[in-house]
Amino acid sequence: MATNTVSMTVNGKKVSADVENRTLLVQYLREHLGMTGTHVGCDTTQCGACTVHIGGLPIKSCTILARQLEGADVTTIEGLADGDKLHPMQEAFRENHALQCGFCTPGMVMSAIGIVERNKDSLDEKTVREELEGNFCRCTGYHNIVKAILAAHKEMTA
Amino acid sequence: MPDGAIGTPIRRREDQRFLTGAGQYVDDFNRPGQTYAWMVRSSVAHAAIKSVDISKAEAAPGVVKILTGADWAADGVGGLPCGWQVIGKNDVAMHEPPHPALVADKVRHVGDNLAIVIAETKDQARDAAELIEIDLEERPAVVSMSAAAADGAPLVHDDVPNNLCYDWEIGVREDADAVFDKADHVTRLELVNNRLVANPIEPRAALAEYDPAGDHYTLYTTSQNPHVIRLLMGAFVLSIPEHKLRIVAPDVGGGFGAKIYHYAEEAILTWASKKVRRPIKWTADRSDSFMTDAQGRDHVTTGELALDKDGKFLALRVQTNANMGGYLSTFAPAIPTYLYATLLAGLYRTPVIYCNVKAYFTNTVPVDAYRGAGRPEACYLIERLVEQAARETGIDKVEIRRRNFISAAEMPYQTPVALEYDSGDFIRNLEDGLKSAEYDGFAARRAASEKNGKLRGVGLATYIEACGIAPSAVAGALGARAGLFESAEVRVHPTGSVTVFTGAHQHGQGHETTFAQLVADGLGVAVENVEVVHGDTDRIQFGMGTYGSRSLAVGGSAIVKAMDKVVEKGKKIAAHLLEASVDDIEFDAGTFRVSGTDRELGIGDIALTAYVPHNYPIEELEPGLDETAFYDPKNFTYPNGCHIAEVEIDPTTGQVTLCSFNAVDDFGKIINPMIVEGQVHGGLVQGIGQALMENCIYDDQGQLVTGSFNDYCLPRADDVPSFTVGTNEGAPCTHNPLGVKGCGEAGTIGAGAAVTNAVLDALGTKGIHNIDMPATPHRVWQALQQSNG
Repeated sequence: MATNTVSMTVNGKKVSADVENRTLLVQYLREHLGMTGTHVGCDTTQCGACTVHIGGLPIKSCTILARQLEGADVTTIEGLADGDKLHPMQEAFRENHALQCGFCTPGMVMSAIGIVERNKDSLDEKTVREELEGNFCRCTGYHNIVKAILAAHKEMTA
Repeated sequence: MPDGAIGTPIRRREDQRFLTGAGQYVDDFNRPGQTYAWMVRSSVAHAAIKSVDISKAEAAPGVVKILTGADWAADGVGGLPCGWQVIGKNDVAMHEPPHPALVADKVRHVGDNLAIVIAETKDQARDAAELIEIDLEERPAVVSMSAAAADGAPLVHDDVPNNLCYDWEIGVREDADAVFDKADHVTRLELVNNRLVANPIEPRAALAEYDPAGDHYTLYTTSQNPHVIRLLMGAFVLSIPEHKLRIVAPDVGGGFGAKIYHYAEEAILTWASKKVRRPIKWTADRSDSFMTDAQGRDHVTTGELALDKDGKFLALRVQTNANMGGYLSTFAPAIPTYLYATLLAGLYRTPVIYCNVKAYFTNTVPVDAYRGAGRPEACYLIERLVEQAARETGIDKVEIRRRNFISAAEMPYQTPVALEYDSGDFIRNLEDGLKSAEYDGFAARRAASEKNGKLRGVGLATYIEACGIAPSAVAGALGARAGLFESAEVRVHPTGSVTVFTGAHQHGQGHETTFAQLVADGLGVAVENVEVVHGDTDRIQFGMGTYGSRSLAVGGSAIVKAMDKVVEKGKKIAAHLLEASVDDIEFDAGTFRVSGTDRELGIGDIALTAYVPHNYPIEELEPGLDETAFYDPKNFTYPNGCHIAEVEIDPTTGQVTLCSFNAVDDFGKIINPMIVEGQVHGGLVQGIGQALMENCIYDDQGQLVTGSFNDYCLPRADDVPSFTVGTNEGAPCTHNPLGVKGCGEAGTIGAGAAVTNAVLDALGTKGIHNIDMPATPHRVWQALQQSNG
């Protein structure tokens, strides 16, 4: 099948790869760039494990073609920490034991940052739970994830 | 207290890699020259295979090899083995039909494996798979157990009459009947324990590689127990000896039971890797997971409880039909027997118990242990019966439990169904639970709900479970074809840091942290100087893996045993260096001391001496400080607790809202309370999911209706509240060195019963006294429409 070169910025670095037209962003990241932090948990855009940021907005990378993102600015879980310093959301997840097996975690963290960004002024448990609708976790029962997001909100808006 | 001491909630060390995208799951591994596999699966539940024509597919771009059931059969390799043999009534052994990894003659469930396509890319493998022409002659399918048992029903396996895998019993039927005949009251209940799909968020994956130079295989796989896979696949399927087969289970994204079993893809990939002489990677889509991960539960049960006039339980009589699916999965036969019927005493003194279990084959995905495995089914039956009995006799549901609980003073307690409980204070858990749930305030909350046109209910589940299946000899006598010990190696390095090798496997449980705490505490070294290694048969001597809440109780005890050996040897070295008798050396908090003196040496000095043995009792003692141990438990452990759910129902929509959930659990001694709480939270939502949302449904033809996350209702964040969980450490396990009981499954065991009892408490005000899980808005609304209340 014919391929095309697709170039974009991922975590601040210019990247490009020859991909088929049908290549999804998550395949582009995992299979062509070798960035395996972004995970795939389903085939129906339900689980959210593949969530990344495109132009600062959380997007499920299993449901967008790489070719649609020519020139786009993509951030993945690998690009969140500042050197050894974790992003406040990563730190809040660690501090609040908001992860167990870690598989949903990358998408969960990317979505969670989106929740805080959308609700800078105020954020409560109900809103967190509603806006977390697009991400499955089978380990934590969400209890500590909700706690972590509320804690990170405090930190990020202080 | 030092950082990381037992009982402190230190943060998990594994989080750093998971939070930065640096975790290494099976699908993240790539090998040079790697190919990709796509599994061709049956789209129908029951059919004879007329032909599988791969000629067009073989010519497709990028195809390396296509193998079918005919190739599997021609090679004479074995079928997937079953690890537990149940012997039924009259000493009749269960039927154990062949389970070929690739089928050649007929398919027995949607998803059964017909062929593997191996190509240069995953997309090419998938494209080529579309070109395979499969001619299937469909046969009528059996889906429900009543259909399977009917005269003249289609047979899933031609040589298994009536599709009956086994007919097993525990207790004496006549003894139970005699009690029932004289009872003042009999509570009777028919219920369904709905089929579930475990759904760890990481789909299963495998990567197999054959090294012709050494005639050696390596398989990376999403497993909870890599050594068990090595044993089952090596010895029973492919005839590869252990020293030529390495199994690696690296970071694994959740298991919940579904990643215990030896799956067809593992064997097919390993077998095929030698044929193509290139590594092969296969990663399941979620659709594959729904069609091929072993599913859970699926019981249909009639239970009867006999009571005297004071509400004392006299006898329990149970008939359960258990669905095995199309084949026997690795531990399937044990779940509805030894992990279910043996738990039917619950927390109660019920003196006479009889249970008959009939297990059936159907044209559905195989069923096996899913988080809780048998114990949620037992708890659900008992606790539903207890609350129904309370309602029918007019005795308060708390009071009826108090009257029948086994007391702490009666421990150890021999139940009529084989188990001997070692410890537990059930009354205390109940009282703490009621307090935590503000049970006394329920009437006021119900009244407030009523004012708003809502129905409110509260439900209890007081449970006990049996974890860390043991001892091996007993499990063997009951049909287990494996030992159920655990192994550990504690390697103290020359400078005093420690690497621990454990046969347990973590896939979310945080062993790298908890086990490090255990060893730091035991050897008196800093927790950051302890590293825990798991998941690789080439690095760890042996292991039985992680399931049945066994890792700490069995695996942790093995670590303690190995540490004891380290200390014992350290004492001999210290005695030599300090010129004292071994008997006078005591060890505490990392220091070897001559008793009653200030002459002492740290474990670091001892370790260095062991590896630089210049001044050393070399005639009596080998150099080095590296000890291994195997620990075989003396008994099961018995976690127990009290779970209380409160729900509100909107009668206009049937929507059930879980308002609160309070859990008080006895897990024995606790190493890391933060991790324990997390385990409970996760378990609760799986139990709540079963009670309110999750249901695996097949249509009459055996089509899997709930085959994706669009159809199978997995709980989301806004379906559940935050929880209140607490623990009691007052009745530690009496027979393992740590006093621990296990916490992995408890949430799932209590929650289903507590939530359903709460739903029925609410609906009871409208005269509705039975509803099957899941209590979806549709079911609740229908029940309300049909009620006279």
